[in-house]
Amino acid sequence: MTTGNPSLSLAEVIAPFAGMAGALLPVLHAVQQAFGHIDDAAVVVIAEKLNLSRADVHGVLTFYHDFRRRPAGRTVLKICRAEACQAMGSDALIAHAEARLATPMHSQRADGAISLEPVYCLGLCSAAPSAMLDGQVFARLSPDRLDALLAGAMS
Amino acid sequence: MSRIVYVPGDAVAVACGADQVAAALRGHADRLGLDVTIVRNGSRGMHWLEPLVEITTRDGRIGYGPVDVADVDGLVAAGFFDGAPHPLGIGKPGEQPFLAAQQRLTFARCGIVDPASLADYIAHGGGVGLRQARALDADARIATVKASGLRGRGGAGFPTGIKWETVANAVAPRKYVVCNADEGDSGTFADRMIMEGDPFLLIEGMAICGLCIGASHGYLYIRSEYPHAIAAMATAIGAARAAGWLGADFDIEIRVGAGSYVCGEETALLESIEGRRGQVRAKPPLPAHKGLFGMPTAINNVLSLVAIPHIFADGPDVYAGVGHGRSRGTMPIQLAGNIRHGGLYETPFGITLGALVNDIGGGTASGRPVRAVQIGGPLGAYFPPHLFDTPIDYEAFAAVGGLIGHGGITVFDDSVDMARMARFAFEFCAIESCGKCTPCRIGAVRGVETIDKLIAGDQPEAQLALITDLAETMKFGSLCALGGFTPYPVMSALTHFPEDFRPDAARQVAG
Repeated sequence: MTTGNPSLSLAEVIAPFAGMAGALLPVLHAVQQAFGHIDDAAVVVIAEKLNLSRADVHGVLTFYHDFRRRPAGRTVLKICRAEACQAMGSDALIAHAEARLATPMHSQRADGAISLEPVYCLGLCSAAPSAMLDGQVFARLSPDRLDALLAGAMS
Repeated sequence: MSRIVYVPGDAVAVACGADQVAAALRGHADRLGLDVTIVRNGSRGMHWLEPLVEITTRDGRIGYGPVDVADVDGLVAAGFFDGAPHPLGIGKPGEQPFLAAQQRLTFARCGIVDPASLADYIAHGGGVGLRQARALDADARIATVKASGLRGRGGAGFPTGIKWETVANAVAPRKYVVCNADEGDSGTFADRMIMEGDPFLLIEGMAICGLCIGASHGYLYIRSEYPHAIAAMATAIGAARAAGWLGADFDIEIRVGAGSYVCGEETALLESIEGRRGQVRAKPPLPAHKGLFGMPTAINNVLSLVAIPHIFADGPDVYAGVGHGRSRGTMPIQLAGNIRHGGLYETPFGITLGALVNDIGGGTASGRPVRAVQIGGPLGAYFPPHLFDTPIDYEAFAAVGGLIGHGGITVFDDSVDMARMARFAFEFCAIESCGKCTPCRIGAVRGVETIDKLIAGDQPEAQLALITDLAETMKFGSLCALGGFTPYPVMSALTHFPEDFRPDAARQVAG
């Protein structure tokens, strides 16, 4: 997964949001973009900088599907499970990916090479099934095409 | 001769390889020493043809599609840069029957203009609505919106003019415009397309809303699953600021969602902007009275706001002059799922479901018979073909136990297992429930369990009674549409496809 500039400190990442109304989501996005995930130590700093309780930050962090409390796999594959993709065989595509990657949905392979996750709609419903691989979108997927994309991403 | 090549930057086109096609065409143009500008336009909405590449010729724009990167060498060799014939050629895209039969008021520019260019937007008639709105007094602005008959396109169908009048009349130190671009419904992509294809239209619509209600700050909440829309809007907002369109008396700030479906519910979305869990607020107070940061707020769907510039530019009578019954104007219909000709079809209300699915959509992509269509996203009802004469109209859909929602139509062929789809509706509700109200939080989980028992043949009559009762409780007891509308897909599947819920049903259907 691509991340931002790792040389930045947490405080430097949060600083631009000082004074922004309702800054917590933009801050969490920025921290995750910079460090790949938002760990417990970061929660303490974010809470202090935004003058929130740690419980507030924890509550928001755990409510939203996007935010990670531990690092993702080096490659992240999100396959759409919503109705339009189901109508075009996303269940079979997911089963194929789980078998091929030896990784069940919602999990990361033990070697850290890949995380397999569901997503509920990428807005590509007229070209289903679709998926997001390391932030890039792909549609009209077949098991063969997915294999080719994974081979490229994980090599 | 200077040529312009159009390769859509719309996410559907990109997901089907448009970036690689654009790079390959750039390489060929450079190699041939041709004066070629590549514009990354939006999509025209004929998604089965994406990537739909176009080139300007003396006769206008000529299209080719779907173009795979592997087709590019052959296309160029055949004379693409001169608009020469090729098996992928479709002639003038605007003359395709799918486009020619539409009445595009909102999507008139989408796929045609350069979404990064304010000059191109203005050259194609953009900005007229805002200018007209500025020339009117406050009462006349609200009267214009009311006279158009525009109803909220997010799903609820509430009259937009009345909502704005309420906010305009509220007395407060600050007011806000909030655009709901958290388009989470499966089968819908109109918000995404217009943000990627004609972003200045949304900026203009939000600016007019700000004028109407007296707000100087607008928030645009876009879901994180839409990175291309976020980028297109950020570019357009930057260009609008540079040109003085934004910044002086009205400005727009983008906020990005974080994967929560329920944040598409207006009060949950306001909570999310405020930096909290996306939990639904009890109403009243309405957001129009007490919305974002406690201030009067006009929160509208993208499709409502992008309808506004046309209404001010051409007058509300033109918009109100098309439609059906109390559903006025046009609806951008999205054809999705297992459909041959998927994409965006803007049409006045009143067209029938069957015409959209079979005549315009061309039936299924798989070639098998259509068995069910879901309209209005994951909270919309499933319709069997015998209801295909239902016109697209808020009241007509309500009369047959359905809803138009955001105008997405997801088609399924005869391999679909409707018990599985009903189970998924409960499962999705359980995953996305904000947890604030009991009918949704507990009901969704109990619903999954009960459908499992029903399918397994464990006292089916008792389970059926329980599901019916649970659906009633969720429908009338939930705080918002997530719990309140989940019964639509569940009960419509049970009503129209009871055979799929028998224990031996899974073996009867194909696939």
